[in-house]
Amino acid sequence: MPPAAPRSGEAIFSSVDRVNAKLFTLTYGAIVRQLLNDLEEVEEVNKQLDQMGYNIGIRMIDEFLAKSNVSRCIDFKETAEMIVNVGFKMFLGVTASVTKWDADGSCCSIVLEENPLVDFVELLDTCQGLYYCNILSGVIRGALEMVVMKTEVTWLRDMLRGDDAYELQVKLLSQLPEEYPYKDDE
Amino acid sequence: MQFFGGSEISPSPPVPTATGNNAHMMYIFNRNGVCLLYREWNRPLHTLNPQQDHKLMFGLLFSLKSLTAKMDPTNAEKGNLGIPQLPGQGCSFHSFRTNTYKLSFMETPSGIKFILITNPRTGDLRETLKYIYNLYVEYVAKNALYTPGTIIKCELFNTALDQYVRSIA
Repeated sequence: MPPAAPRSGEAIFSSVDRVNAKLFTLTYGAIVRQLLNDLEEVEEVNKQLDQMGYNIGIRMIDEFLAKSNVSRCIDFKETAEMIVNVGFKMFLGVTASVTKWDADGSCCSIVLEENPLVDFVELLDTCQGLYYCNILSGVIRGALEMVVMKTEVTWLRDMLRGDDAYELQVKLLSQLPEEYPYKDDE
Repeated sequence: MQFFGGSEISPSPPVPTATGNNAHMMYIFNRNGVCLLYREWNRPLHTLNPQQDHKLMFGLLFSLKSLTAKMDPTNAEKGNLGIPQLPGQGCSFHSFRTNTYKLSFMETPSGIKFILITNPRTGDLRETLKYIYNLYVEYVAKNALYTPGTIIKCELFNTALDQYVRSIA
């Protein structure tokens, strides 16, 4: 029996249990608010959001792989396409696109047209420097690390800071091949 | 191929036991060789202590993967045996069968390896292993109390797994 074909993001999104969008947005807002209260430093909050995203990403990758039935991607370009076409659609229900590939194919930009995390949100003057959606960069970094790609994910454009779109830059740092984990003398 | 050191070579497969379990054992490993889960339903012969058994199993699969990829006749690349491969390269083997058992294997791109050992008459278990991967996601990956990379101690997962395995032919 040949293996089943990979499923599209739309198909998976409609087949999983979903939570109310407003509940999701407001819960995330409450988390960021509480982090700001507890940590007070905007840089600390950014780092904490990234760490939370990382912890989510390392588990989310298994759910992504199990539900979408994709096999290994041949190169980073295909990986980025997968994240954008299947990943974002499946988990957030948003359409995104990949642009600005550099010459050797190791750095690209993901542009989000809609972002459910930031509905109803406005950044105060006291929170300048806050990357409100930093959890997303952690998620991508964590998920890619579990498929042996070390990446660096940064925000290029953020609508809450006055830009016209959400743009994430994903840069592939290294790809480590599989090694035998046990030492020979054990 | 007598793998676990049994002294008899029996031409006919063992009759399924009265419990109705057609599966013998199951292993789940992660990328670093940690045995996340070992379940045993029907294993009459124990030859090694658990640590050695797990290391042997992991080593076997690691080498088999490497070997099958290097011997691939459709692959244009000619690398030497033993060179670590990037994920995405190489073909992936999914089962081998002896006269007494069948070992089915599935590896996810995130490095989780599922191994199911059943009686030799079992058919293609790739869909079964995919279903078990989904069970893993639901009960283990989404479990807030589980730390990734450690041994799985979720009763719900064990129960669901037992129930599902009992139903496969």
